[in-house]
Amino acid sequence: MRAKGAQPFGKTPLPHRAGPMQLYLPIAEVSVNAFLLLGLGGMVGFLSGMFGVGGGFLITPLLFFIGVPPAVAVATGANQVVASSVSGVLAQVRRKAVDFRMGTVLLVGGMAGSGAGIWVFQWMTRLGQVDLFVQLSYVLFLGLIGSMMLQESLRAWFRAQKGGPVRRSHVHTWVHGLPLKMKFRASGLYISVLPPLAVGALVGFLAAIMGVGGGFVMVPAMIYLLGMPTKVVVGTSLFQIIFVTAFTTFMHAVTSQTVDILLALLLILGGVIGAQIGTSVGVRLKAEQLRILLALLVLAVSVKIALDLLLRPTELYSVMPGVLP
Amino acid sequence: MIRRALALFLALIASPAAASEGIVAGMSQNRVSITANFDGSEILIYGAVKRDAPPPETPLEVIVTVEGPAMPVTIRKKDRVAGIWVNTEAVAVDAAPSFYAVATTGPLRSILSETEDLRHRISLPRVIRAVGAATEAGDTASFIEAMQRIRINEGRYRVLQGAVEFTEQTLFRADIVLPANLTEGEYRVRIFLTREGRVVDAQDRVIGVRKEGLERLLFNLSREAPWAYGLLALAMAAFAGWAASAGFRLIRT
Repeated sequence: MRAKGAQPFGKTPLPHRAGPMQLYLPIAEVSVNAFLLLGLGGMVGFLSGMFGVGGGFLITPLLFFIGVPPAVAVATGANQVVASSVSGVLAQVRRKAVDFRMGTVLLVGGMAGSGAGIWVFQWMTRLGQVDLFVQLSYVLFLGLIGSMMLQESLRAWFRAQKGGPVRRSHVHTWVHGLPLKMKFRASGLYISVLPPLAVGALVGFLAAIMGVGGGFVMVPAMIYLLGMPTKVVVGTSLFQIIFVTAFTTFMHAVTSQTVDILLALLLILGGVIGAQIGTSVGVRLKAEQLRILLALLVLAVSVKIALDLLLRPTELYSVMPGVLP
Repeated sequence: MIRRALALFLALIASPAAASEGIVAGMSQNRVSITANFDGSEILIYGAVKRDAPPPETPLEVIVTVEGPAMPVTIRKKDRVAGIWVNTEAVAVDAAPSFYAVATTGPLRSILSETEDLRHRISLPRVIRAVGAATEAGDTASFIEAMQRIRINEGRYRVLQGAVEFTEQTLFRADIVLPANLTEGEYRVRIFLTREGRVVDAQDRVIGVRKEGLERLLFNLSREAPWAYGLLALAMAAFAGWAASAGFRLIRT
């Protein structure tokens, strides 16, 4: 028997296509470039810190694209969102831009909503069309929210450019006639707890069905449905996202064992730094500029998913490990 | 001394155990360790043909296969329904190898007969067992074909016709590259000698692919103590979030 690596005769072996920083992920069982992961984490963290969205909607498809199995991508993405949200919230706390009371009320509503959402999700899984349902709800909600936000924020921006009269921050409607009023000092609101509870429940429901933290729906809902100031919205949204995604991460780790700590570590390192930079960029922008950018991002994701559904895919077949459900 | 060795060698060659041909083979390694910086590995399988008599006129051929652990997979197909592309049909394959490479001295079709392929399961379609597949589709064959195509594109399945070097009908070598996205388990290496499509001799070897070091530690923890693993993941996230925030505050002040 020859020594390891010895060449008995003939040609020399092919050179290894070794990247300088390839890393093998123990749970995902793929080898990826460490710098690529740091960059991905940083980009998503930046958006997270700037807009108060978790970024699960971005990180999951990106990880899938570089070859991480979908189940690992979802669970590990949630773990990364925990870190970038903590980082973002702490930055906002220093500016006193987190409404803890509002965040808690939203969270309570969110728990109830996600319970119902998980139930509906299981029902859809039994029917076997869950992927389609998820994609359609993405397109529908993101498209709707994105275009509404874009329209509103553009109008606000033009008004600000012309220097016309500033519209009142919020108008009194039937919402303010509801009982169980509560003071949300950081938001400057004195409203009933019922609308925040309902918004929380709606977002929790959608988050459970669409498999994302729900920051995308939460941020516009807080601005337009609850009338919260844009600056407070980012921190408050991140505050409640921490708990939602921490719960998701833990459940995935225990039930499906699909959280890859090594993958999470690299995404987190990029993510927490990105979140800090995103926050400092975000506070420098005007509220309506922030809303325009978020609206464009939401619309872009919606259009991307719609195209996936409408255009003929290059490969009609897909191979997934595991048996039929 | 030399003469005695030569005599022994001649005796071995001329032993009267009929005109059979056998494989004497070795591998560059019989275990692959997946460590944190693992990015694929190259296995060299080499050997010689042991003969008792001069070989017949018709040439001998060599086939080398490497097969990863088998797993069930589901193949889905998209179709256009009301203008949008959705998964409509699915076929479940109960055992498809996670990796399969077949290297030969020539085109498989001409050096291996159908019956021998059926018996030894050498060619790609024969390796993927679709028997007893739970199916929701009428046309299973096209699904299996699609899986082969996809996995060949991913580098999981490799058909390397003509990749085995065979010198003087005696010495052979094959280099098989194992990809970076390797699954843990026992990898079966098989070497076949064929003549006129018939298998003359075959040998079986095993390469153990195992996670080592940090990979092993984290993988075991995630399976044996999922609670602790989940809490560790969360603690790491919370600490990193706090550290970045504190760090940036220091930079700014």
